[in-house]
Amino acid sequence: MRLHEHQAKRLLAAFGIPVPRGEAVTSAADARRAASALGGPVVVKAQILSGGRGRAAGIRTAANADEAERSAGDLLGSRLVTAQTGPEGKSVRAVLIEEALPVARELYAGVAVDKKAPAVLVLASAAGGVEVETRAAAGAGIAREALSAEGGLLPHRVDRLIEALGLTDAASVRQASELLSNMAKAFVALDAGLIEINPLGLTAHGKLSALDAKVVIDDNALARHPELAVLRDVEDLSPAEREAERFGLNYIRLEGNIGCLVNGAGLAMATMDLIKLSGGAPANFLDIGGGVTEDAVAAAFRILVSDARVRAALINIFGGIVRCDLVARGVLKAVAERPARIPIVVRLEGTNAVEGRRLLAAAGLPLLSSSSLEEAAAEAVRSAGKAASP
Amino acid sequence: MSILAGAGTLVLVQNMTGVQGTFHTRLMLEYGTRIVAGVTPGRGGQIHLGLPVFDSVGEAKAATGAEATVVFVPPLRAAEAVLEAAAAGLELIVCITEGIPILDMIRVKAALRDSRVRLIGPNTPGLISPGRSKLGIMPGSIHSRGPVGVISRSGTLTYEAVHQLGRFGLGQSTAVGMGGDPVSGLGFTELLTLFAEDGETEAVVLIGEIGGAAEEEAAAILSLGYPKPVVAYVAGETAPPERRMGHAGALVEGGQGTAAAKIAAFVEAGVRVVRNPALIGRAVKDVLG
Repeated sequence: MRLHEHQAKRLLAAFGIPVPRGEAVTSAADARRAASALGGPVVVKAQILSGGRGRAAGIRTAANADEAERSAGDLLGSRLVTAQTGPEGKSVRAVLIEEALPVARELYAGVAVDKKAPAVLVLASAAGGVEVETRAAAGAGIAREALSAEGGLLPHRVDRLIEALGLTDAASVRQASELLSNMAKAFVALDAGLIEINPLGLTAHGKLSALDAKVVIDDNALARHPELAVLRDVEDLSPAEREAERFGLNYIRLEGNIGCLVNGAGLAMATMDLIKLSGGAPANFLDIGGGVTEDAVAAAFRILVSDARVRAALINIFGGIVRCDLVARGVLKAVAERPARIPIVVRLEGTNAVEGRRLLAAAGLPLLSSSSLEEAAAEAVRSAGKAASP
Repeated sequence: MSILAGAGTLVLVQNMTGVQGTFHTRLMLEYGTRIVAGVTPGRGGQIHLGLPVFDSVGEAKAATGAEATVVFVPPLRAAEAVLEAAAAGLELIVCITEGIPILDMIRVKAALRDSRVRLIGPNTPGLISPGRSKLGIMPGSIHSRGPVGVISRSGTLTYEAVHQLGRFGLGQSTAVGMGGDPVSGLGFTELLTLFAEDGETEAVVLIGEIGGAAEEEAAAILSLGYPKPVVAYVAGETAPPERRMGHAGALVEGGQGTAAAKIAAFVEAGVRVVRNPALIGRAVKDVLG
C-alpha cells in the first residue's frame, strides 16, 4: 500500500526524520491560511499516489500566500496526468503546502528489500533527484548496505553510506547517521516494503531534510497495523480498481481491447502472452485468486464488460481450489443482471470443468466454449477483430 | 524415484483442524499421502479426520516419527510455525500459506541459513510425486507418474503445463511449486540439482515469471552444463513494466526481472525456451524424442 507524501512524511517525522514544516489541505482557502502560517515562500504539491508529479506541473513554488492559494486552486479538482498515472490521470483531492527550503544539494536515501539475499538494504547516493536511476547506471556511487539479522544498521555500514552521500563535516555526518538509522528503524517498525527519500535536501544552513518521501507498506502486514491500514486512500483508485479491491481481485488495466478473467497470476500472465502471440492485445490483467466467491466472479465479469474499450472477453480457468462450476455460476449471475454486449470466449479446465461447461451451455448464452488454451485465445482475438470492424 | 517426498514420507499437517487444513488433509489422505498427525496449539489430545492432534510439532514428531510438514497456519503466525517445525527437526517444510509479511520471511530465511531444512513456499500449491505422495493443494487427478520434473513459480499455470504433459502421455516424477512470493524457500537452482540426481527424471520443465532473479540464477547454473534437457517458459512478456516498485526496487534489482532478460539468459544457457504457453507439453515431448 503506497501512502501519500504527506502521510509518509508524518510517519517518518515520528521516527525523528527531519521533514519540512507543512500541512495538507483540501481547499484553496486553507492553502492560503497554511501558507500564511508558514510565512515566506512555499511549495504546493499535488497529493496523488503516483510519481512523476514534478514534470507534470504537480509541484509548484509560490512566493507568498496569494500565489499558494492560486496554485492550490488550479491543482485541486484537476486531473494530473504524469508518466506513471496512465492517460486518464489522477484526481487531485489534496495539496501539501510546505516551507520552501534553500537547498544546496540533493541527495538520495532509501530502504528496500533485496529479495535475492534476502535482506533489508539501506541505499544512499550523493546523486539525488529525478535522475537517480540513470546517474546510478552511469556509475555515480550508490552504496547498498544490509541490515543485520536483528534489524539494525552496524556502524561501519553507516560509515560507507555516509561516504556515498558525500558528506564530510561533523555536523552533516551526525545528522545523516541518525537519519539512516531512523529510516531503518521506521522500515522494520512500519513493516514497509519501500521507504525512499528523494531528494534528501541538504540546505544552505547545513540541515538535512526529506524534501520528498515515498513509503510503501507491505500489504501482507497491514493486518497487524490497523493504524496504517486506515491510511488507505481508496478514492485515488479508479472505479474498476476500487471494485476489484472490494472483492479481493487482482486487477490491472492495460491498453488493449480483450478483457481477461483468469485464476492465478501466472496463468493470467500466460493468457495475456498468448493473446499477444495470437495478434491481439489484452485490456487488463485480472486474477480472481484462489478463495474466490460467486459474487466476486460476477464482480470481476462486470469490471471486464463495463470497460468501453473491451471488444471481446476471454475467461480462462484452470480449476484447482477454484471450481469451474462456481466460476460459471458467477458469470451467469453477472450476465443475468446485465446482458453482455460483447462476444465471450470461455475455457474451463480442471476441477468441475464438465459441470461448469454444462451450466454455461444450458443457459443458452452466446458463449464460445473452447477446451484448448490456444484455440480460446485465437477465438477471442478473432471475435475482438470482428467486433472492432463490423 | 522422486525428489523431496516419496511413498514412505511421514507427514504432519500444521493447523490441520482449520477449514483449509481439514479440506486439503482429507484430499491428501485420499491421494495416499502418509499423514500421521496434525498440530494445532490448544487442540492437543483430540482426534481429527481419524488422526491424532498435538499441541506442538516437537510432540507430534516424537510420537509419530514424522519427517515432513505441510503448513496451513494463517499468514501472521505462519513464519513462527515454520520456525517451530525447523527447530523440531523436520527436514521438509511445505508452507502453503499465502500473504506472509516479507519481513517475517526474511527472518525465516536467516534462521534457516546453514540448516538442513528444505522449505518449499510459502504461497505455493506444494509438491506432488504422482502416485506416491502429495504435500499440497493441487488437483491430484491431472497428474500421473512419469519422467518429467516440474518446477514452477505459479500455481494454476503449473496445472496447465501438467495438463499439457498429460495430453502427450507424459507423467511427472515430482512437480514442485516454489511459491509466488518474493522471498521463499528452495529455488530453481536447488531443485534443478535435486532433479539432476533423480533417476526417474529425464527432463525438467521450468516455469518462471517476471520479477526477481530466480530465472537468471537458474540459467547461470544450467549454462555450466546440465545432464538432462530443460524446457523453460517465462510468464509475463506482455506485463506492464510500471507495476514494478519505483526507484529503490529497481536500484536493488539492477535491471533484472524483465521477461526479456530472463528469456535471453535461458537461451544463452542452451535451454529450450517456449514463448507460447500452450506449447509447453509439445516442447517436452520434442526434447524427450
